[in-house]
Amino acid sequence: MTTTVGSPAGAARRPGTTATAYPRYLAGRLGGAAVSLLAVLVTSFFLFRVLPGDPVKAMTRGVPTSAGQMATLRRQFGLDLPLWQQFTDYCAKALTGDLGTSYQFRAPVGELIADKLPATLLLTGVAVVLYSAVGLWLGTRSAWRHGGLGDKLNTGVALTLWSVPSFWLGLLLIIVFSVGVGPVPGLFPTGGMESGDETGPAYVLDVAHHMVLPVLTLVAVGYAQTLLVMRASLLDEMGGDYLTTARAKGLRDDLVRRRHAVPNALLPTVTMIFINLGHVAAGSILVETVFSWPGLGGLFYQALSVPDLPLVQGLFVVFAGAMIVMNLLADLLYPLLDPRVGR
Amino acid sequence: MVTTAPHRSLRLLLASAVAVTPLAIGPTARAAGGEADGGDGNTVLTVAVSQSVDSLSPFLAQRLVSTSIHRLTYEYLTNYDAKDARTIPGLATSWKSSPDKLTWTYTIRENSRWSDGRRATAEDAAWTFTTMMTDENAATANGSFTANFEKVTAPDPRTLVIKLKKPQATMTALDVPIVPKHIWEKVGDFSKFNNDKRFPIVGNGPFVITDYKVDQYVKLKPNKTFWRGAPKFDELVLRYYKDGDAAVAALRKGEVSFVPNLTPAQATALRSAENIKVNDAPGRRFYALATNPGARAKDGGKFGSGHPALLDPAVRKALFHAVDRGTIVDKVFQGHAVEGEGYIPPRFGTYFWKPAAAQRIGHDPAKAEQLLDQAGYRRNGSGKRVGKDGRALDFRILCHATDPNDKAVGKYLQEWWGELGIGLKVDCLDNVSDPWAKGDYDLAFDGWSVNPDPDFVLSIHTCAALPATPKDTGATDNFICDKRYDELYARQAVEYDPAERADLVKRLQSRLYDTGYMNVMAYPNAVEAYRTDHIASITTMPADGGNIYGQDGYWSWWSARPAAASGDGDSGSSTGVWLVLGPAAAVLLAVGVLVAVRRRSTADDRE
Repeated sequence: MTTTVGSPAGAARRPGTTATAYPRYLAGRLGGAAVSLLAVLVTSFFLFRVLPGDPVKAMTRGVPTSAGQMATLRRQFGLDLPLWQQFTDYCAKALTGDLGTSYQFRAPVGELIADKLPATLLLTGVAVVLYSAVGLWLGTRSAWRHGGLGDKLNTGVALTLWSVPSFWLGLLLIIVFSVGVGPVPGLFPTGGMESGDETGPAYVLDVAHHMVLPVLTLVAVGYAQTLLVMRASLLDEMGGDYLTTARAKGLRDDLVRRRHAVPNALLPTVTMIFINLGHVAAGSILVETVFSWPGLGGLFYQALSVPDLPLVQGLFVVFAGAMIVMNLLADLLYPLLDPRVGR
Repeated sequence: MVTTAPHRSLRLLLASAVAVTPLAIGPTARAAGGEADGGDGNTVLTVAVSQSVDSLSPFLAQRLVSTSIHRLTYEYLTNYDAKDARTIPGLATSWKSSPDKLTWTYTIRENSRWSDGRRATAEDAAWTFTTMMTDENAATANGSFTANFEKVTAPDPRTLVIKLKKPQATMTALDVPIVPKHIWEKVGDFSKFNNDKRFPIVGNGPFVITDYKVDQYVKLKPNKTFWRGAPKFDELVLRYYKDGDAAVAALRKGEVSFVPNLTPAQATALRSAENIKVNDAPGRRFYALATNPGARAKDGGKFGSGHPALLDPAVRKALFHAVDRGTIVDKVFQGHAVEGEGYIPPRFGTYFWKPAAAQRIGHDPAKAEQLLDQAGYRRNGSGKRVGKDGRALDFRILCHATDPNDKAVGKYLQEWWGELGIGLKVDCLDNVSDPWAKGDYDLAFDGWSVNPDPDFVLSIHTCAALPATPKDTGATDNFICDKRYDELYARQAVEYDPAERADLVKRLQSRLYDTGYMNVMAYPNAVEAYRTDHIASITTMPADGGNIYGQDGYWSWWSARPAAASGDGDSGSSTGVWLVLGPAAAVLLAVGVLVAVRRRSTADDRE
């Protein structure tokens, strides 16, 4: 009893040990993330001002517009102000959480992003979780029986799918599983997120029905990454003496793998999974376009094509912010997975 | 490893169960989506669209998809006949102008009602125009129509009087949706109100907007009290397909009834499809070559980097003589276009003009060589043409990176002009508007959609459209400023007699052709397809062989009749099937996972 209570307290008194190191590690990471976020906020303003193109001219191209109307638009968008004033206005607003008003949709950027974020999180989130799980599982199996037929088949198929352009695979899936080819019936909708008539549980199922093909596309194209990283890091671990010891203790092969080898091989894969989770907010422009999924990827493309500066800036901040937060989470999780980190 | 065998087989079993489940659901779920029969006996006309709605407020909307929706939901003072695009009554039944041409009086129809039951009156029209004249934000989309208005009044519910500052020929082509005053006078800031929060949206057109989800769908129901008669379909849905091939797949499957803007390859593939009709109609666009006439501003300031040789009419003429329009139509547009001649496409018969034999710059490479030789552009040792100043004729052409036609035509031009000894660099950019506005181009691929009233597309070549100073942006298309053209433009702008005006517009086009800065290569067709088992009949514009999507009027969707045997009608039941089988599959999966976990945790005991 005394020893268990005493030991962490005793450890805390010694400088440089885990108990004092973790808060310092934590503070360092949090500080770094905050500075990065601030830098993103500032750069996003200037980064997209470099883009060629006059938003007003681009928006009114092909539409009968007088010079007076164009001047009005410039005034409405604040483009008639000097750049430094546009920048200070942007900073003042951004600090209060106001990302401005979209030129083309005439709606607050925050509102537009909030409208589409759930669709993207749902689609890409489910896909990332699925392909990470599939990749981990297949990667582990491949490494454990490396060199075998299963390993070759696994990595071969994964690499082939990884090289396939996602929009092409998406279209192929639409043609085969939505329209139906030969004996294969058209099972799934050709696009969109919902039929528009459903409510309650039927709505949930309707959305799930619409999600099948885009998720399948993202998983097929994406799981190779996790598989290969997991396979490589597990192979590194497989020569370890501790595994021989574990086997010598009489543990079943399955247990040796799950309880000893995999946890040690997990670190690089976790980093990658978090980086992928950081990408979740950005969605997938190509897959969202092919499946007409109403998410942020498509919105970003539309924003860039004008360029709709407030919307582009807002999305950039959100995408970069998501990456920073996910990296931060991965950093915070490392010491828990591997106590040597952060010491 | 005795214990791994059951694991593997169990997983295999589970995997196959999961894989098979949706297949089992398949046959019954086939019709999920939007075929013409909504399943409950309702006929639904689903149109695939790709352009996002910019705003549902008629004061802000500029994109084609949004203005088309407004055509369907609000009446304009006048409309265009589906047959030949001539002006016909809309909210106004008749109109007349005063002898001094400055006062227009419109008689408003008695039988147009807002969808909330109130009568649409002249007061609504007067309020709409006055708001656009007094509130700069309300003039965002259509301010150009009211810029010349002095005063708009409604002396009684059936009379609308518009006083002008100076005569304006477009008074029977005011493409401005008239909105209900009693709803819109409550709006505070017109620059921020998007009219997309409360449904149904009160209007007096053939349809009423009942629901809208950004980039997912716009739903419209027939306005049963529409004065011309209610539409025949029970619902019109504009459904978003951001990818053209996915939209075509949806048409094949029957999830949508209509798909616009097909590529030649898609049109060819759909021609042999069952129950699908491809409509290859004359378009409203022209596709042209524009040459930089030396960019300049109204204050006389010159700017840009246009090649000086292009200021020589002989060079421009030689370039145009080398263009083989037939090849462009056949090879680039694969037959889905008409060879270009005058500025306004033949679809607008009233204003269509083509060059007389004597002025026509047809395909004649020999003539092109001769013109260049005569003008003193000799070939140098390497076969390149050089000017008197010793500068080689090497031009740049601005090309839209998003338009495959530009790239393909660019290749042909390189070949044809290369034979003349003229070099061409095709600059394909995502955003051409910047170098264009700065005058940093020699040539450019140009194109506009033309309205039934041609005033706007003619106005962009007047001196008045030039930017005020080199630092400003003007409404000009190609920096053309020609005194004679301007005189003709000014005359047509105040000419109220339709025949006289048409004649002036033709002379304008002739002058534009002769200045030689613009050369129309083709009029691309509007290629679209619809399901004949959903739509029995539909009005095209022009009525004889015209197009369906983006008409100047509501004719297509208003007139569409559902086919007798429309759809297999089990989309409703498919949801039910999913409702039962979906959770069943989930439960099956969960049980499987549970069993696998249990087996694994007790594996040691079993050993």
